[in-house]
Amino acid sequence: MFENLTERLNQVFKKLKDRGKLTEKEVRESLREVRLVLLEADVNYKVVKDFIKEVEERAAGQEVMESLTPAQQVIKIVHEELIKLMGGEEDNSLRLAGPPPISIMLVGLQGSGKTTTAGKMAGYLRESKRSPYLVPADPYRPAAIEQLRKLGEILGIDCYAPEPGDDPVQTVGKARREAEAQGLDTVILDTAGRLHIDEELMGELREIKKLVNPQEILLVADAMTGQDAVNVAKGFNDSLGITGVVLTKMDGDARGGAALSIKAVTQRPIKFVGIGEKLDAWEGFHPDRMASRILGMGDVLSLIEKAQAAFDERQVETLERKLKRDEFTLEDFRDQLCQIRKMGPLEDLLGMIPGLGKLKGAKAFRPDERQLVYLEAIINSMTKEERRNHQIINGSRRLRIAKGSGTKVQDVNRLLKQFAMTKKMIKQLGKKGAKGISPNMFPF
Amino acid sequence: MEQRDKSGVFQRLRQGLSKTQRLLVGGVDGLLRSGRGVDEELWEELEEVLIAADVGVLVTQSLIEGLRQETKRGGITGAQEILPLLRQKVLEILKPHEVPLSLDTAVEYPFVMMVIGVNGAGKTTTIGKLAHRFTSQGKKVMVAASDTFRAAAIEQLEIWSQRAGAHLIRHRNGADPSAVAFDALKAAIARRCHLLFIDTAGRLHTKENLIEELKKVTRVIAKESPSAPHEVLLILDATTGQNAIVQARTFNQALGVTGIALTKLDGTAKGGIVVAVAQELGIPLRFIGVGEGIDDLQEFSADAFVEALFNQTT
Repeated sequence: MFENLTERLNQVFKKLKDRGKLTEKEVRESLREVRLVLLEADVNYKVVKDFIKEVEERAAGQEVMESLTPAQQVIKIVHEELIKLMGGEEDNSLRLAGPPPISIMLVGLQGSGKTTTAGKMAGYLRESKRSPYLVPADPYRPAAIEQLRKLGEILGIDCYAPEPGDDPVQTVGKARREAEAQGLDTVILDTAGRLHIDEELMGELREIKKLVNPQEILLVADAMTGQDAVNVAKGFNDSLGITGVVLTKMDGDARGGAALSIKAVTQRPIKFVGIGEKLDAWEGFHPDRMASRILGMGDVLSLIEKAQAAFDERQVETLERKLKRDEFTLEDFRDQLCQIRKMGPLEDLLGMIPGLGKLKGAKAFRPDERQLVYLEAIINSMTKEERRNHQIINGSRRLRIAKGSGTKVQDVNRLLKQFAMTKKMIKQLGKKGAKGISPNMFPF
Repeated sequence: MEQRDKSGVFQRLRQGLSKTQRLLVGGVDGLLRSGRGVDEELWEELEEVLIAADVGVLVTQSLIEGLRQETKRGGITGAQEILPLLRQKVLEILKPHEVPLSLDTAVEYPFVMMVIGVNGAGKTTTIGKLAHRFTSQGKKVMVAASDTFRAAAIEQLEIWSQRAGAHLIRHRNGADPSAVAFDALKAAIARRCHLLFIDTAGRLHTKENLIEELKKVTRVIAKESPSAPHEVLLILDATTGQNAIVQARTFNQALGVTGIALTKLDGTAKGGIVVAVAQELGIPLRFIGVGEGIDDLQEFSADAFVEALFNQTT
């Protein structure tokens, strides 16, 4: 997501780190580079200007804390201001209260991802025990209605079929009555993509708004948007009064400065981000995590959450006991591999680990998912006894295991070596306990 | 090349860019016309104007640096002399890459064009417009619905093909995109079509497996027609910021992009990213999209683009 920005900021602050004490002039200099980084990230230049001013004022008046290096201090301030700019701790949940059926209206430019978002939102709402109703209010783009209908079909969620000849306002009105009749409580309005300067089509949206008085009017915006993001956001907000934002295509490598720009212009919360084409590929927006990512501190919270979802507690307890007694076997090793695979693509996980974004080669290092499959196959080809005590695995056993798993003896050797190393590492960690982790291991 | 009404092209582009123009020129005019001297503040403001147009930090800095030097050398003291120089500089970057699509390069018919880009860039719409452009020149056009992934993408293309009067080859949803392309190519050869457009599913350039899928399409059609695809057209959304360069770079590395179409220039997006793309990658700039109508596609013209971008008489 924000890897590129992360890399650049790290470079900037690496210079500072090398210099030790920080003068006022150096703060200004570093912020000049932060400015360039933010501009390259497509944050609107006016937003950048305000941001830099804010940070400079705060940095200049502040003493460097005892426990921090000057660079850490600057990063801390930049980080805090970024979080503030992206919404801080404001409530960014959907507003669903009100007499049913309530309406959620999705608006935005052509190609920003409204229809896909409508599908994702319907799935999400159903999970939240709502009964969603998809309404295609886009008679203009060829097959737009068909697209939403198909998404509804995949999800098993009802989709309104507009009567031919109805304009979007009529469609929405009828669909709403239909929702009421069927006892569905949340109507999702997928409107046509339009330019914010198209007065006629913006008028149509205002009419729909007047008709159904939606609980939410969400601007669906592409995370790759450039400087124009402020104009688009301002256009839709001035004309309609949006209540929130959905950022799409966050699974790409766009630096996503648009998020900052839109937020700064509309002052409305970013509620969700789209992270893929699949209908469950979306998540809530977390300003703090995002700011952390930007600054190369890694999205540790997400990682922890994912890990928690994948490991159940009892397994963790057993594992801890085993680690303490030095009973970690190849079987446990295999279980670990399975757990890791459950947590999602390795690449995603690596991106969340602090410091990895800083490594120059990290981007070139693409973990091979198949490798995990091979490792599992090798372990599966061992006997129970071998798994419990790896030391009995001699040459002829290795050959058999390699044949059984369709790999080479070298692969088996490598795995055994890795296992031995892991075991050694765990032992060391166990001895030192939590104190064994030195603060120097963290990037800042 | 066909005869085109130059002034008509210009007019349309102007219309499309008028909003852009007001914003950009508003800035430039205010800066450069007031008879002020050349000072640091001027450079800074000029830099902001270019940045705001999505020209990008690197290109902006090199443009400004070049202007600074020329200003010093030429003894320019008035701010109003800067604008023609700036316009000239941008034109110098774009002009060499204003290369219209030429069908002559095709050894034999059909001329095969594969259309690629990220999700929502405007691939299907652009194909509709392109198909119409060539059918109205009396060419026989075939379209391959190789976006078998997105819901209703095939239906969308079908409607566009009907509007344009082009043939369509489609499989079922979820079919192998390269199989569709292969069948379409065979059909295009059999029916003696002049052109074949292959619509592909939108994909982010970061998804390696999906990029591989595109490579497979090119491999498979090359089996039937060794010189195909004759054009790999990358669709870039003018609203996109600096990521457009990364997109162009990545798609180009993987597939060898031979042309670029810049869509959605009818909004307030300034499309300045095309300057950066042209400078870094030098891929021919073929078309611009300026609306949702079937006629809203124009050949890229560097002069018109720069003229409209910097025109002072709005």
